Amino acid sequence: MKNEQLIQQQFQARMNEDELLNCMRCGFCLPTCPTYIESGFQESHSPRGRIALMKAVVDGLIEPDEDVERSLQLCLGCRACEPVCPSGVRYGHLLEEARDIIAQHKTYSPIVRFIRHIVFKQLFPHPKRMRMLTALIGFYQRSGLQALVRKLGLLRVLPNHLAMMEKVLPNVPTWKQMNERPTHIEAETKRKKRVAFFSGCLMDTMFMDTNDATMKLLQLAGCDIVIPPTQTCCGALHGHSGEKADAKTLAKQNIEAFEALDVDYIVTNAGGCGAFLIEYDHLLKDDPIWAERAKSFVAKIKDVSVILVELGFHLEGWRLPEQIVTYQDSCHLRNVMKTANEPRLLLQSISGVEFREMKDADRCCGSAGIYNIIEPDMSMQVLDYKMAQVKQTKATTIVTANPGCLLQMKLGIEREGLTNVRAVHLVELLLEAVEATKEANEPVKQTG
Amino acid sequence: MITEQVKRQFIQIVGAENYDDSKAGRLVYSYDATPNFQSLPDAVIAPRNTKEVSEIVKICNEHRIPIVPRGSGTNLCAGTCPTEGGIVIIFKHMNRILEIDEENLTVTVQPGVITLDLIQAVEAKGLFYPPDPSSMKISTIGGNINENSGGLRGLKYGVTRDYVMALEVVLANGDIIRTGGKLAKDVAGYDLTRLFVGSEGTLGIITEATLKLIPMPETKKTMLALYEDLEAAARSVSAIIANKIIPTTLEFLDQPTLQVVESFVNIGLPTDVKAVLLIEQDGPKEVVERDMKAMARICREQHAISVQVAKTEEEANNLRTARRSALSALARLKPTTILEDATVPRSQIANMVKAINDIAKKYNVNICTFGHAGDGNLHPTCPTDVRDKDELHRVEQAFEDIFAKAIELGGTITGEHGVGVMKAPYLEWKLGKEGIAAMQAIKRALDPNNIMNPGKVFAKSTRKRVVVTR
Ligand SMILES: Cc1cc2nc3c(=O)[nH]c(=O)nc-3n(C[C@H](O)[C@H](O)[C@H](O)COP(=O)(O)OP(=O)(O)OC[C@H]3O[C@@H](n4cnc5c(N)ncnc54)[C@H](O)[C@@H]3O)c2cc1C
Ligand code: SF4
Ligand code: SF4
Repeated sequence: MKNEQLIQQQFQARMNEDELLNCMRCGFCLPTCPTYIESGFQESHSPRGRIALMKAVVDGLIEPDEDVERSLQLCLGCRACEPVCPSGVRYGHLLEEARDIIAQHKTYSPIVRFIRHIVFKQLFPHPKRMRMLTALIGFYQRSGLQALVRKLGLLRVLPNHLAMMEKVLPNVPTWKQMNERPTHIEAETKRKKRVAFFSGCLMDTMFMDTNDATMKLLQLAGCDIVIPPTQTCCGALHGHSGEKADAKTLAKQNIEAFEALDVDYIVTNAGGCGAFLIEYDHLLKDDPIWAERAKSFVAKIKDVSVILVELGFHLEGWRLPEQIVTYQDSCHLRNVMKTANEPRLLLQSISGVEFREMKDADRCCGSAGIYNIIEPDMSMQVLDYKMAQVKQTKATTIVTANPGCLLQMKLGIEREGLTNVRAVHLVELLLEAVEATKEANEPVKQTG
Repeated sequence: MITEQVKRQFIQIVGAENYDDSKAGRLVYSYDATPNFQSLPDAVIAPRNTKEVSEIVKICNEHRIPIVPRGSGTNLCAGTCPTEGGIVIIFKHMNRILEIDEENLTVTVQPGVITLDLIQAVEAKGLFYPPDPSSMKISTIGGNINENSGGLRGLKYGVTRDYVMALEVVLANGDIIRTGGKLAKDVAGYDLTRLFVGSEGTLGIITEATLKLIPMPETKKTMLALYEDLEAAARSVSAIIANKIIPTTLEFLDQPTLQVVESFVNIGLPTDVKAVLLIEQDGPKEVVERDMKAMARICREQHAISVQVAKTEEEANNLRTARRSALSALARLKPTTILEDATVPRSQIANMVKAINDIAKKYNVNICTFGHAGDGNLHPTCPTDVRDKDELHRVEQAFEDIFAKAIELGGTITGEHGVGVMKAPYLEWKLGKEGIAAMQAIKRALDPNNIMNPGKVFAKSTRKRVVVTR
């Protein structure tokens, strides 16, 4: 009871009342909300309902009880409700603040508290520890342990979705590879731009191949690349899980790492990270000095697909063996970074690729950060819908632009038993096209 | 109040998963799209079929529990705000299209079907359901019928009322009746179908509806006429109709509306002109072309500075979407958005536009106007802030003046948004005491215990009529 009062007070003190009032309750956002649809049209799991609940807590109409918390918890945070809102309600900001307040006052069980502490404080903010963890996974994968565990069926003790998750983890790099990361790379063709690369925490460990592919493409497109080693995790995970203070610390460290560099853009290749970086100005808005610094940082953030299109990468006649390709939007890339056309343009430009848009490609896949771990039921329900749409296209390659989505698509493939379908990050497919085109061209060169 | 025993009865009918009396569950059905109205119901019930609806209603009638039937809660008259508590009935389970009858050109649906889903389903078969309220992507047919909603195509094709052929209704005593039929002609008794259309949930609960369809028009063209002068735009509307042309769509947007809408849709709407008319015509190709030419000429004669025809269907669709988002986009401007629905005979539209501007000046309030000009139906909208009591009071006075003016011009206080709680105090201005008495007699006959959406349509007291001296 006492706790609820504290939360209520914090809601009154911290929630942006103008933003809450800005929702005119027209309901235009309802048809795009995955949790509204999958919950069988429950208003409490819709954006309009969630905003009303937050407002009611501020107004003192209701207490922030379990059901209110549940409603906010079940939100994917996909922000599909924002671009369709004619009133321009920034729902994501409201959600983030509300979750932060609740998390700060929540009495988690000791075990959950311990896990949150390890993840948010001890792991993600520390690149070296991220590398160590990844190396451990690498050991697990390469030492034969994985094979043994699988053979003995030891993973049966895990809930089904976690056991499958283990299967779809990428083959991670070695400790040595992770520690030999470049800090400077030169353009491979005529230099057109100088960019900084945001390498990310998970991306530069677990998904190092994706990062390498990204840099290779930038090089080919004519970018000199700087990768400042002092950068750190973007803080998205913290921000979305109610650990805003930590997110701010990370934000400041990143701004410092990049602001002195003389670059045209700061390039990201993960929609989830990019979207969080591009809102640093909002995150730091109450801190005048940092807010200013954040603004110039934010102005430079661009997804890799945007830069490739700007530099005409899609006009170079890349080729791939014939295949049907479909694209699953990364929610945050689309709804927050407003990047949706460029990835499609790039895919459509590859000859051999038959691009087929799936129905509701812009609907969340249910990955949503760590959502698929903490809300497996809703997450799998959302995923099942997604896979049904994928199947309709008969695509053999599913392309995404965010590591979380990529894992989720792999999980979907595994669940559906689609043996001839693969999921890849956009940059990996593009690099594949580059290599295939080169190979195809070589004999021509010899004879010609 | 719902006693434990009654609660058990409800649960027995619909199952525990379809009965919600949690605080959060009730809160999210305490509002609709009307600003400044909120009130908690005692419970929310989701019946699965007509029989369950009837059983619920019987219990409510016996225990005098108010019932608020609710579609998607997008109405703008506080029609689904449970001002007297009781239960909210939602139709999330009753949302199926039951039949598309291509021989009789009808579609039969449950009340929870989303308007746009219905439109798309019939269009897939080459058929056309014209009523398209701007809220169609989320509004329900049950809501449309009960508000008698109009839309962008109303000028030529009429409103929801013109398409309702038959209804299944649960009355306040639990009786299930069927009105009308798939019939082109039917004079067997009173036209109850029409009585229930626009009844705002106060006479019964619609559990099924058969709607009329028409063949898809062959072609369609869309254009935008730009004006430096509001009244010139309004005069064009009357002139087009006086020239015996009935376009599909004839919509009006003023500059402030254009500006906010453009900031949402980003399609390059003209934001430097004082007003635009969005004009559409459909039908056989030759007719469409002839009418579009004639209307462009008329607009120019009325001093349109330019007339632009949409080149692609995508462009046309963008223009329609832009128009449909007008109201919600205006909500960007200020925390509270109050809009009205005054409607006048088409010939009076220019006078009404002028009056709105004068009234805005008189009370020093900012009024943006858009609307179904061809229907004589304007939506003067006032971006304000509930926390600014002084301004809110002036807004209220301005809108009272607007109502009075509309009636003076031979119009009405609401063209399509309904009376609900919002306009109940003004209903007598339009109907007179006798008109209200006649309607109340019908209400009492069908719902003697006043359980069906009580507090709506009929006010406890009528506003004093303001006298407009102008
Ligand atoms: C942005 C915006 C734009 C709009 N544009 C238009 C427009 O262009 N034209 C227009 O006419 N309206 C418009 N409206 C108003 C509103 O959308 C319509 O009135 C719509 O028909 C309401 O549908 P709903 O499903 O939301 O019904 P609700 O708001 O849930 O209910 C409306 C009324 O119907 C009753 N009701 C609902 N279902 C049943 C049932 N099964 N049985 C008995 N009673 C029932 C309710 O009690 C209530 O009185 C707009 C609203 C918004 C927010
Ligand atoms: S969030 Fe936006 S779209 Fe959704 S109900 Fe509120 S105003 Fe309408
Ligand atoms: S963020 Fe996604 S899940 Fe959450 S309310 Fe918005 S649309 Fe629904």
